[in-house]
Amino acid sequence: MSQEKIDFLERSKTFWNPGKTQDWQDMGIDLVIDHREKYYLHDMDGRRLIDVHLNGGTYNLGHRHPELVEVLKAGTSRFDMGNHHFPALARTALAEALAESAPGPELRYTAYGSGGGEAVDIALKTARHATQRRKIVSIIKAYHGHTGLAVKTGDDRFSKLFLSEDTVGEFVQVPFNDLNTMEDALKRRDVAAVIMETIPATYGFPMPEEGYLPSVKQLCERYDTLYIADEVQTGLMRTGELWGCTKYKVQPDIMVTGKGISGGMYPIACVLISEKCSGWLKEDGFGHMSTMGGAELGCVVAMKTLEIVQRPEVRSVVHFISDYIRSGLDEIMEEYSDFFIGIRQHGLIMGLEFSHEQGAKPVMKYLYENGVWAIFSALDPSVLQFKPGLLMTQSECEELLGRVQIGIEQAREEVLGVRNRRSIH
Amino acid sequence: MEPQIRTLVDISESQASLSGRADIVLERARWASYIFQRFDKKRTMKIVDAVANVAHSHAGEWAEQVVVETGFGVVSHKKLKNEFTAKPLVDYYREQDLVSMRVKEEKKIVEIPRPAGVIFALIPSTNPISTLNFKIILALITRNSIVISPHPAAKKSCIDAVRILTEAAISSGAPEGAIQVLETPSIPLIEEFMSSPKTNVILATGGTAMVRAAYSSSNPAIGVGPGNAPVFVDSSADIALAANQIVTSKSFDNSVLCTSESNLITLTDVDKPLRKSLKNEGAYICNNNEVVQIRNYLFHPNGFNVEALGRDAVWIARECGIRVPKKTLILVTPINSIGIEEPLAREKLCPVLSFYVANSPKQAIAQSRATLRATGAGHSAVIHSQNERMILDFASRVECYRVVVNASCSLGASGFNTNLAPSFTIGTGFYGRSSLGENLGPQHLIHWTQIAYNSDPSVAFGKFNELSLSLDGPLPRSPSDGVPGSPKSRRVDTTSTSTSFSIDNVNREELRKLIAEELKNVLKK
Repeated sequence: MSQEKIDFLERSKTFWNPGKTQDWQDMGIDLVIDHREKYYLHDMDGRRLIDVHLNGGTYNLGHRHPELVEVLKAGTSRFDMGNHHFPALARTALAEALAESAPGPELRYTAYGSGGGEAVDIALKTARHATQRRKIVSIIKAYHGHTGLAVKTGDDRFSKLFLSEDTVGEFVQVPFNDLNTMEDALKRRDVAAVIMETIPATYGFPMPEEGYLPSVKQLCERYDTLYIADEVQTGLMRTGELWGCTKYKVQPDIMVTGKGISGGMYPIACVLISEKCSGWLKEDGFGHMSTMGGAELGCVVAMKTLEIVQRPEVRSVVHFISDYIRSGLDEIMEEYSDFFIGIRQHGLIMGLEFSHEQGAKPVMKYLYENGVWAIFSALDPSVLQFKPGLLMTQSECEELLGRVQIGIEQAREEVLGVRNRRSIH
Repeated sequence: MEPQIRTLVDISESQASLSGRADIVLERARWASYIFQRFDKKRTMKIVDAVANVAHSHAGEWAEQVVVETGFGVVSHKKLKNEFTAKPLVDYYREQDLVSMRVKEEKKIVEIPRPAGVIFALIPSTNPISTLNFKIILALITRNSIVISPHPAAKKSCIDAVRILTEAAISSGAPEGAIQVLETPSIPLIEEFMSSPKTNVILATGGTAMVRAAYSSSNPAIGVGPGNAPVFVDSSADIALAANQIVTSKSFDNSVLCTSESNLITLTDVDKPLRKSLKNEGAYICNNNEVVQIRNYLFHPNGFNVEALGRDAVWIARECGIRVPKKTLILVTPINSIGIEEPLAREKLCPVLSFYVANSPKQAIAQSRATLRATGAGHSAVIHSQNERMILDFASRVECYRVVVNASCSLGASGFNTNLAPSFTIGTGFYGRSSLGENLGPQHLIHWTQIAYNSDPSVAFGKFNELSLSLDGPLPRSPSDGVPGSPKSRRVDTTSTSTSFSIDNVNREELRKLIAEELKNVLKK
């Protein structure tokens, strides 16, 4: 590590976030991201990493995608964030673009936040207003953000710390892929909404069983509960369709998108709201306010992102990457089958399963040493989140697989204490 | 009210937008070519045949569409060209295996075909469907991906045709993206495609400016120059037959083929009988005033009048104010010199043939050379003669790479009715500033990896004859877990692996320490 980096990390601990800064050092990840482009991160000491973390899909299109940079630059010659009190050209234009591409014709309105957590809060408030009920059902180990209401839907690790956990029984959590418990939670008809990541990300992408999500939607309909799809990580073509819920044939009442919607160039998050849930927008349109929510520069970038991800070529490239990476990972899994034991996959959303309960951490570490940045699942560290970008080239994918093969081999050797069998001759 | 997609900040003309648009098309093509290269001969030919059959069955329909869209050419002739570049083209190359490896025992060399990858193909307005058929089939035979860039004047017909050919290719197993078409071709966008590092080779057939741009793009390019074929009828020729061939060829598709005869050169003793025979075949010989009218009409100060491109002889005569018989097939314009001062000696993509009488065979050959100096270097020439010495002298002196003998040049130089390779891209070689001297064929779209053994006779050559390349075909479709009907994710059965263990009873803090410890050990290595 360079002296410059050592000094910097001290400053980071002193002025920014000592805990977070130190935790990464403890895990052997001394990454300080300096410049970045395409699917590459460059550490301040000069190392280059292939990014398959993409910050949860924020960088689906790569870092600083040239068309997004261009549209943002061009946008500044006409717009700034705008005034959230007034009808606004860019907010409405993006709302129309979202309505046009929504997973169902019912989703017509868009309300804006400045980030995913705020958007989830808006979604939950919208559901409470529409149903006049307070209860929210989410999935155990779900992750929907850290704001006031969103944080209560997730793992209590993040709410208890701030004495912000639910204390009055308004937030109920049920296991994923368990319809009976879900029905039990809903059948008293007092639940405003079920909020559901189409594929729970931070929990390591456990995949919905066949029929699970449509059945949850049916249960919601039976008990007059609203279905909120959190498409922050599964949307924007990662599954090979614009919205992941479409693949599972679910038409949500409310849908949240964030992260990748503006390609990491300008913060914005969006809540798509169906007619039947839109009461507050008519009763008191000033009900939720956000100076930076729906910033018009963000809208301009988001419109371009939506246009790019919907190009027919992108869809086809996503299929190529999914098939190619999968077939390469299958070969690696075959080679190290006592350590690398499974792959959860839907398109470019992948979770690599390891036999050790913390196995994804050394894998992360060795991938890092081999020039690949992927992160373990915070709420299930046996699983590595593996999210190749939508526009990766064949040669980038080939290079990625080569590095992953070596990284997994080294992690396995370390964790299982066995030598690579290929070297035993 | 329905939602609309509205652009508030338009960046479509920016460099970022142009390269973004080119990049995704080329990257898709690159992925497709990667998969395509896993296909064996059988799988490849299934696609090729499916595409050729569809091209063949649409030949007439597409010919009509093109004539309507561009306003020129002859439907029945275009249909012939469209057919020629479908099934017969494939049959011509059927036995030439450009997919499997080849073993050269005697040279101790094994050769593995390596497709170019991504081809960017420019399509001219003159022969749009036949050229796109031709280039697509060549690409598919060699397992390359191709991006078609149609001439704006024939854009709609080309896009429709490519769409139908693409469907045929995909439904017979071609990777998605193996064939693509540029729906909004503009000069800046085409330049972006040509200069992209993701384009492996450019096939440029079209105007000189475009061909030169292809060569200047920094990418490998096969571009070919314009034609301007001299046709020499010598004293030994069968005059009637020559006249018949010339008129048929010159009027074929109203002369939009670059292989079409452009300047007829003959000798004093052949002059009169040849004129007579030409008339008999449907030629109209213009008088001096009419030649002036045609010259002024066809050639403007800045070049050839594109209005005349591919129009029929009667139409052109009318535009020039010349009365000709209704059945006139070509207009013959006698000229007194061949060179800079005579525009009629240049390429004329319409049924106008200039006519020059030389005093001697030597002068005739010199004027044939002069014709190609004006335009058409490296392209084609014709001789009508029974004298092999004359044929040889003519062919070895004119600066072009194909000399058709006693046959139509339109169809002969492009391989319709000679044994030259059937082609809609005629290499004009070094004379014509091209990298290709012969008719473009599939062999030009691959290179070979050569496995070479020591030539010393004491070193044995490997046994490759019983081996073949591992060509595994398309990749299996990846799963969409939880979606009914999706392929299932494989998972290793962990119950049998002794190495997995549980740490259920450790609390979070202990776990943190455990991992930190473990990782520190890892780091110490």
